[in-house]
Amino acid sequence: MGKTIAEKIFESHIVDNPCDDIYVIRLDAVFCHEITTPIAINDLVARGKDRIFDPSRIKAVIDHVSPAKDSKTAVQGKVLREWVRRHNIKDFFDIGRNGVCHAIFPEKGFARPGFTIIMGDSHTCTYGAFGAFAAGVGTTDLEVGLLKGVCAFNYPKTIKINVNGKIPSGVYAKDIILSVIGRIGVNGATNNVIEFAGPVVDTLSMDARMTLCNMAVEAGATCGICAPDLTTVEYLWGYIKDEYKTKQAALDAFKKFCPDSDAVYEKIIEHDVSKLEPMVTFGYRPDNVKPVREMEGTKIDQVYIGSCTNGRIEDLRIAAEILRGKRISDSLRGIVSPATPGIYRQALDEGIISIFLEAGFCVTNPTCGACLGMSNGVLAEGEACASTTNRNFIGRMGKGGMVHLMSPATAAATALAGYITNSTLYTGR
Amino acid sequence: MKNFTGKVLFLDRADINTDEIIPAKYLSENTRQSLKPYLFEDMNLKGFNNKKDIQGKSIIITRENFGCGSSREHAPWALEENGINLVIAPSFARIFKRNMFNCGMMAVELSPEIISSFFSIFSKRETGIETLFDESSFILKSGDIEESVNFEISEFDRALVTAGGWVDYADSRY
Repeated sequence: MGKTIAEKIFESHIVDNPCDDIYVIRLDAVFCHEITTPIAINDLVARGKDRIFDPSRIKAVIDHVSPAKDSKTAVQGKVLREWVRRHNIKDFFDIGRNGVCHAIFPEKGFARPGFTIIMGDSHTCTYGAFGAFAAGVGTTDLEVGLLKGVCAFNYPKTIKINVNGKIPSGVYAKDIILSVIGRIGVNGATNNVIEFAGPVVDTLSMDARMTLCNMAVEAGATCGICAPDLTTVEYLWGYIKDEYKTKQAALDAFKKFCPDSDAVYEKIIEHDVSKLEPMVTFGYRPDNVKPVREMEGTKIDQVYIGSCTNGRIEDLRIAAEILRGKRISDSLRGIVSPATPGIYRQALDEGIISIFLEAGFCVTNPTCGACLGMSNGVLAEGEACASTTNRNFIGRMGKGGMVHLMSPATAAATALAGYITNSTLYTGR
Repeated sequence: MKNFTGKVLFLDRADINTDEIIPAKYLSENTRQSLKPYLFEDMNLKGFNNKKDIQGKSIIITRENFGCGSSREHAPWALEENGINLVIAPSFARIFKRNMFNCGMMAVELSPEIISSFFSIFSKRETGIETLFDESSFILKSGDIEESVNFEISEFDRALVTAGGWVDYADSRY
């Protein structure tokens, strides 16, 4: 019987099968940020277990509130900083060198095909874009991951989503994933991995695949996952060229993490995007999704472009192309947060930051900040934000605020118009 | 082992997310105790009052996909700090369920039909649950009405509840 990507990775990492359907697997990497890790560190210290399994497999970043906004967030940074020094963890990205975790860790080459990765963050599913089994966990699982390099999971079941057709102009990975979540619901993939496949996924860049996988958890999935291919190899090449003589050799090695043609899936969903329109959310659930056309004219107070979903260079390029030479509406404010210093630098070099500044955007440093209503763009009661982030839960961006999730193109067009609108209004395409 | 017996809070909505259970702005709190007053602060449920309605309650009965969204273990902690160690629902988000058992708490699944019948029989009345952990059963009582139901949890989850959590279990084995 053939196997899915998740099954292949999972089976090569099993350490124990304590009972039933529960498997303890070996972890290739444990990632950390300053919100969920300090409380794990403090607990390990209190238990007399201030140890880690392997400093080279642990990576840490300060990203959620950066720089610290108050004494409490300053303490979180301090606890993390002292811990990485105490344990000689070399890959630590402090203020100035830091970016949004799910953007900076891939950029540094830490997510690889076949890897098992956990992090105390639900959007850890993003790394599946590289053909990794990557799952968000809570603090206790994180503690055990740091201490022993293992984590317990149910044996993975997989839902395959074949993305077919030809992507219409003005439609992006964000629209695809919103349409998928709208179709299967916020509970549609709970306890399953979503394997994204099909001709459309094959043509997507790594940035776009990360957008897809990032929001798999919004349908309840343990992980979103894409088969590694030449696009994956090209992205990682700078980090793996010493291990493999040629790109073809790397590709051949990664083939072992591709699904078998007779793999068994929980469900296979054919998702044709040929007639897909730009999509937007309208309520407090990520599966409350409609075409932008149906929300046309909805008044907006803030536009936010950034986050682990859509704060990468491709996203900024798409938004900048729409904003070039124009000014955003006086009726709203725009905020853009390049997700890493590398992306920020690239955007500077390409003139993208100038376009945002000339359009009237506030350009902030890389941080998660506004996405979860912690800093750098929290909403007031009754305000609405057009946002490229991943969650529209009630209160998410500030108590009493409403978040409309959308692509960077739709967000940029909305910034110009002052209300929700399609980017085709400005691109003419 | 924690306490799994007491009065029930009924939350009649599916897909209650962890931002509703404990808003992100409290994730900078450095102690579990400080989360206590903020449980369900942003709850989106008509007529619900997070200060009044959770008073004296130790168990939640709710609908599908409880605990979806963020991975924050602050959600089970905020429940625990308010004396709630048991949530019963037709289904849970994966990470939330793991967090509950990892903390030695319980997230128990019963069929949607049983949950619906509990809502129709008990949700408008003051109701208590007695948990018989070794027998894997709950006894619901309200006045003269009494219903008993068996539940299933994995041997692994049972071991975590008995051991008081996953850290000690894993450290001694791996």
